Amino acid sequence: MTEEKLKISPAPHIATTETVENIMYSVIYSLIPAGIVAGYFFGLRAIALIITCILTSIATEYVFQKVRAKPISVFDGSAILTGFLFALTLSPRLPFYMAMIGAVVAIGIGKQVFGGLGHNIFNPALVGRAFLVAAFPVAMGSWYQPLTRFGVLTDASTGATPLALMKFEFETTAISSMFFGQISGALGETSAAALLAGAAYLFYKGYIEWRIPFGLVGTVAGVSGIMWLIDPGRYPDPVFSVFAGGLILGAFFMATDYVTSPITPVGKLIFGIGGGLLVVVIRLWGGMQEGVMYGILLMNALTPIINRYTRPTTFGVKQ
Amino acid sequence: MRPLTFPRGIHPRDHKEATNAKLIEDGPLPDVIILPLQQSAGACCLPAVDSGDKVLVGQKIGDSEALIAAPIHSPVSGTVKAIEPRPHHTGLKLSSVVIESDGQQKHVECKGLSANPSPDEIRRKVRDAGIVGLGGAAFPTQVKLDPPKGQEIVSLIINGCECEPYLTGDHRIMVEEPEQILDGMLLLMKAVEAENGYIGIETNKPDAIEAMIAVTEKYPDIEVIALEEKYPQGSEKQLIEAILDVQVAPNMLPCSVGALVQNVATSIAVSKACRDGLPLVERVITVSGNGIATPKNLRVAVGTRVSDVIDFCGGTRDQVVKLILGGPMMGTTLVGREAPVVKGTSAILALTNDEIAKVDVHPCIKCGKCVEVCPMLLLPYRFGAMVEFGVFDELEDNHIFNCIECGSCAFICPSQLPLVQYIKLGKYSLAQSREKSRSA
Ligand code: SF4
Ligand code: SF4
Repeated sequence: MTEEKLKISPAPHIATTETVENIMYSVIYSLIPAGIVAGYFFGLRAIALIITCILTSIATEYVFQKVRAKPISVFDGSAILTGFLFALTLSPRLPFYMAMIGAVVAIGIGKQVFGGLGHNIFNPALVGRAFLVAAFPVAMGSWYQPLTRFGVLTDASTGATPLALMKFEFETTAISSMFFGQISGALGETSAAALLAGAAYLFYKGYIEWRIPFGLVGTVAGVSGIMWLIDPGRYPDPVFSVFAGGLILGAFFMATDYVTSPITPVGKLIFGIGGGLLVVVIRLWGGMQEGVMYGILLMNALTPIINRYTRPTTFGVKQ
Repeated sequence: MRPLTFPRGIHPRDHKEATNAKLIEDGPLPDVIILPLQQSAGACCLPAVDSGDKVLVGQKIGDSEALIAAPIHSPVSGTVKAIEPRPHHTGLKLSSVVIESDGQQKHVECKGLSANPSPDEIRRKVRDAGIVGLGGAAFPTQVKLDPPKGQEIVSLIINGCECEPYLTGDHRIMVEEPEQILDGMLLLMKAVEAENGYIGIETNKPDAIEAMIAVTEKYPDIEVIALEEKYPQGSEKQLIEAILDVQVAPNMLPCSVGALVQNVATSIAVSKACRDGLPLVERVITVSGNGIATPKNLRVAVGTRVSDVIDFCGGTRDQVVKLILGGPMMGTTLVGREAPVVKGTSAILALTNDEIAKVDVHPCIKCGKCVEVCPMLLLPYRFGAMVEFGVFDELEDNHIFNCIECGSCAFICPSQLPLVQYIKLGKYSLAQSREKSRSA
């Protein structure tokens, strides 16, 4: 008999066809509606900003991997995703160089210094944004009225976000505007409809799980709802709280990041509820108008501990 | 009624269509039989024959005095050619009795038990016939029939799940020989004085469920249980959980919850041994995969070389990338075709490139899928990290020994991390360090 070239390997010999790339690119695709809506309301500059962030993220990842002599995996989708998500948290007219600095920080400090994919503690896109908020507070806090169609955002007037209107002027914004995106705010914060369409696709694919996003959104709605019932003149109603600001983007796309959120089912719920409480506390009583970013970053820091204390009881051991 | 099942687990494509409607055929009668002296869990047998001896079908060629062991018998009549190391599916060469068949198939005299045997007689017969668990683990059956003092077996579960993809041998047995399965089952229930009998079958085998219901209808204490099609439904602990709704504690045996699990093929072996006195010298296997010219269910003599079985099925076609003894989830890859079928062999699979897992390893992205599917409620991704970074002391705290090595976690991992390999390495390293601390 002729010698056969047989592969020797441990079981199992079959596997799902799901890969890291599949997951990453699906999340990227799920953000495209939000990107398009951003282009519609804030002009082509918004699209250019998104592309700048993505390219900078890829380049940063490449440089780090090259320097550390690691295999180059810039197209596994994770850097593109980070760049995209980061861009969606930015103000439409943020200078390009600032966006690039933020993207370098997101990938470099947020991800690569921890050891790359899978090893970081904080959501890289939020690390990038947190850095920019500290470094360029004015530019990061300038918001603009949306256009109603594709165009160039040159003579656009500034405009306060719904949360700012609420916090500082007790003025609410129409829910329909917030749902479809005709409000001022970060690129990806404006249209809840586009974000939810993307999230629905991810649920359908089984890539995100309900506990974190619904824990977060539910807690925000619940607690702010209670406050609203107590004093409707002072506190926004729960529907407003859910659709204003970056909650939908944060809850469905940032808090659900696998690497930086708990693995256990109970842990996921704790993460969601804890994050939701932080968001409400910061929004209603903190100095800032928006609390989603810090809420998630703080919960990221707690994730290892949450994982440790929510370990499932192994099979056959009575609780 | 809704099919029962256990929580978690995976749904691999079952690939059973190639053979699940094919009658079991008699396999080849090979010229040469190779019987490794280690064919069951527990002790290795010592040869009971010498080179040059004439042997008959059913003659004992190896046995051991050890408590956990099962004797081995010849499936052919002929001459012992050698007792020497021969290729084994583990990739090692193991001491084996090599028998050249004379083609006559002359039997030793076989005698069954009386029509109404006592539990003791059944247990002794099961041992003498060399019966081991035919589901894959090859644990000597008589040991399971003799639970420790103070533990009584209430329920006998006959395992007809066959949850590994490709495998259809048990399915065909249930369709073709349901009476004999029932007979073995009644004998087993008698041997352990069980009160209830269950036959667990996955719903992807409706004809098997029907056949087993038809023969057991008249027995009020026997119930056929339809189980959801899910892997690893056929794992002992998962099967018990699905049917009896209890969990077997870590490091404990099913008898600790009053259960005994036996595979359908084992049940037939028990019936043949007790009724006709036939020792376990043949078994049904599935020969399948895209690389096999004509996939079949075959009744083959234990000791038949893989090459003889494959030739009998028309040889291989296309480029076979992996040759596997057993199922694709837990089977072993072969280095060549020289290894023999042993008592624990359920299948020979020749898989081509598009059937097997593509290995493209990424770092763990903490997606949690391994945790979601682990039927033993473990954190498989943690084992990977612990073994990689050498923190072996945490493994035990994370119950690594409760892992049944089903491979569900590695199957589902999008980063394609070799989690089972890590776990095996972890168990091995832990056992080593325990050994060391004991001798120190
Ligand atoms: S950890 Fe063990 S028991 Fe759990 S899925 Fe993996 S192999 Fe199966
Ligand atoms: S399935 Fe793989 S990538 Fe996901 S958590 Fe488990 S080990 Fe990590």
